[in-house]
Amino acid sequence: MLELGPIFRALLRQKVGAVLIALQIALTLSIMVNAIFMMQQRSEQMARPSGLDEANLFYLSNTVFGENYNHKAALDDDLRLIRGIPGVLDATQINAIPLSGGGWSMSLQNKAGEGENGIGVAVYMVDEHGINTLGVELIKGENFQSTDIEWRAASAVDWPARTMISQAMAESLFPGKWESALGQTVYINNNEPMQITGIIKTLQAPWNGWDGVERSMLVPYQLEGRNNRYLIRTEPGRRDELMPIIEKALAESDKNRIIRSVTSLEETRNESYRGHNALNKILMLVIVVLTLITAFGIVGLAMFSINRRRRQIGTRRALGATQLQVMRYFMLENLIISSLGVAIGVGAAIGLNIWLVSKFELKPLEPQLLLAGVVALYLVGQLAVLYPARKAAAIAPATATRSV
Amino acid sequence: MLAYYLRLAWISIRQSPGLSFLMVLAIGLGIGAAMTTVTVNYLMSANPIPHKSEQLFYVQLDSWDPHQPANENGDPPDQLTYRDATALLAAKKAYRQVIQAQIGAVVEPDNKDSLPFQVSGRANSADFFAMFDVPFLYGGGWSENADAEMQQVIVLSQGLNERLFGGKDSVGQKVKLAGDYYQVVGVMANWQPRPRFYDVTTGAFNEVEEFFLPFSHISTQKISRNGNTNCWKPSGEGYQAFLESECIWTQMWVELRNDSEKQQYLDFLNAYVSEQKKLGRFERPINNRLSDVMQWMQNQQVVAEDANLMMVLSLMFLLVCLLNTIGLLLAKFLSKAPQIGLRQALGASRQHLFAQYLTEAGCIGIAGGLLGLLLAWLGLQGISLLYGDEMKGLAQLDVAMVALAMLLALVSSLLAGLYPTWRACTVQPSQQLKSQ
Repeated sequence: MLELGPIFRALLRQKVGAVLIALQIALTLSIMVNAIFMMQQRSEQMARPSGLDEANLFYLSNTVFGENYNHKAALDDDLRLIRGIPGVLDATQINAIPLSGGGWSMSLQNKAGEGENGIGVAVYMVDEHGINTLGVELIKGENFQSTDIEWRAASAVDWPARTMISQAMAESLFPGKWESALGQTVYINNNEPMQITGIIKTLQAPWNGWDGVERSMLVPYQLEGRNNRYLIRTEPGRRDELMPIIEKALAESDKNRIIRSVTSLEETRNESYRGHNALNKILMLVIVVLTLITAFGIVGLAMFSINRRRRQIGTRRALGATQLQVMRYFMLENLIISSLGVAIGVGAAIGLNIWLVSKFELKPLEPQLLLAGVVALYLVGQLAVLYPARKAAAIAPATATRSV
Repeated sequence: MLAYYLRLAWISIRQSPGLSFLMVLAIGLGIGAAMTTVTVNYLMSANPIPHKSEQLFYVQLDSWDPHQPANENGDPPDQLTYRDATALLAAKKAYRQVIQAQIGAVVEPDNKDSLPFQVSGRANSADFFAMFDVPFLYGGGWSENADAEMQQVIVLSQGLNERLFGGKDSVGQKVKLAGDYYQVVGVMANWQPRPRFYDVTTGAFNEVEEFFLPFSHISTQKISRNGNTNCWKPSGEGYQAFLESECIWTQMWVELRNDSEKQQYLDFLNAYVSEQKKLGRFERPINNRLSDVMQWMQNQQVVAEDANLMMVLSLMFLLVCLLNTIGLLLAKFLSKAPQIGLRQALGASRQHLFAQYLTEAGCIGIAGGLLGLLLAWLGLQGISLLYGDEMKGLAQLDVAMVALAMLLALVSSLLAGLYPTWRACTVQPSQQLKSQ
């Protein structure tokens, strides 16, 4: 009932055109599937929560240049000033900003001593307002008390006695039983003990490309230094209004320093994932244009093959073929070509993926995606051939009787 | 003859405008995508100092943790400790040598009305300017003595000189920076090597710093460093202990004029490390490296992985576009079989027909190439827009790229035209004439 036999034999008579289309479909499939896969991976990375109340956070840099400056007194004044401004929920000094790409990392180990296995972790130095300012959720233990906060001189090298760590860090230190991390002693700088007094649900490290990005620790420290940062959390929706107000208030309160780089955490996130975002947009464009090119190629070739076979089609119609049967002929023809293309394409997609995995930091392809790509290309082929097929069906039976 | 072929090609292209447009579009899109990514890669992988890139070497010593390597692939750490860098500088065993680190400071303009502002800077030893061929507008670098005596001298970028002194010759003037006065000894002319090869650890495509001062000032702790610092071993209490620690944050380049100088320097490094081993440092096996500029760029993967990935994809994209063009040309030329048969019967030789159809393919290629250039230009605008500062200066077409684009378009369209043309020319005239 289906004219597969005749279609196939007709195709064999014009192999090259069919093979060219099939190759195009194959390449399109392999590029499309791999590109979508890359986009998915990046989107997943971007979707990871930082744990912070990102929408209402901003930070600024405070650079001191005055001589004989009392850093401790200035910090206390600044924090009192910021926290007193209406609309500010909380504020803290902090040494690094999540997502920003710049920060401090240390390593913690279960046992004291050199050569023991250490686990890398991002360090955030905050006071007792840290948890509330960041907006992170403390799921076990207790927040720092104001009496826990130590003053860290610029040249200091030792560490306070307590720390709060993220759940992912707890899991890395105590695999399978992160809850048990609370109250345990771990070691920093090989030998210095620190007690875990709290576990935080999620708090990302500053480096989004790091495979330990979920591992972080809070340390009860205030820092001395000519360059430091304040992180400020506002009431919902008041961030943009408060950013210039706080900048001005700080700048005017003390002329021996510069307030600069007032940045919202949203901007930081955008900047941090800018490359990912850009590549995803480019890949999207590539996929769309590529599919269009392939579709137009199919249309162009089908139109030509139909024009060459006008008399033949007319004859078929004169012999009683319905319009639907003529259309079906070309749709089936495309299905055969697409099948060849898709068959080569699946192989090529896997091959390309293997090569990409070996050359770049990519993961192996998921089979569902490949299947979706196959279905998509069959659809594109059928849609593309629809217009030429309808043109063919419209050829009048009388054409058979006319000469060229 | 060519004029005749061109006229025939024009007629033929006009006969099927839709199809011709499709072919031009396909080639244009393919070339546009390929040129966009090739340009970015080409600019990223450019040699920033071609005439002496093979004489400048980045120095690496393996001073890292005996229990684990600095890098998984066994490469030594990417910076030096302060104590090693200063010791190697003092030894003066290379033709020229420089040690350096990135710094930052606040400038307080004398004018009471202007506000203090933050500037980026570099602390480096004297040879920096001569080694890297830094161009000067006024004055020049400082002497080795200035380094040793920790003189308060400074070199300004053109931009900072503009901001502080309105662009005038400021040599001899003083600038208040980080609380101290520094005397201007030189003002750089515009200088922006891409990649900024002399320090890729803080960003290969960052702007050149705004001021430069003698490296020795670092030891006073008045100037704040802001490059990367990595430690495998805790340092002791205080700044002096930090300077003597195993923390790495200093970078060193040497200029060596030939292979024998390079070999001698490597021997010297090995001897230095052996000496240090006796003091209980450098517990890892000897693993010293001298990489020339391009080797170092490659080692540090200055060409971003995403840029390579996009180039691979865009070249495949071009391939699809070419397959498309081959198919369309084939269809087009085969539909001309009757005409070809007729012309052959009238005495046109196969060579003539071949030349004619190839000319037509070439015309489509050139049109596609022009469209491709436009699209590449648009693509590069898009890339600068999407990536912002990161791509500053890396998304521009230059003459070489324009020429490459046109060549690529022409060659690929001729290649695409080869098979269809050959098929068209093997038409049997008798058969074609019969069916008419």
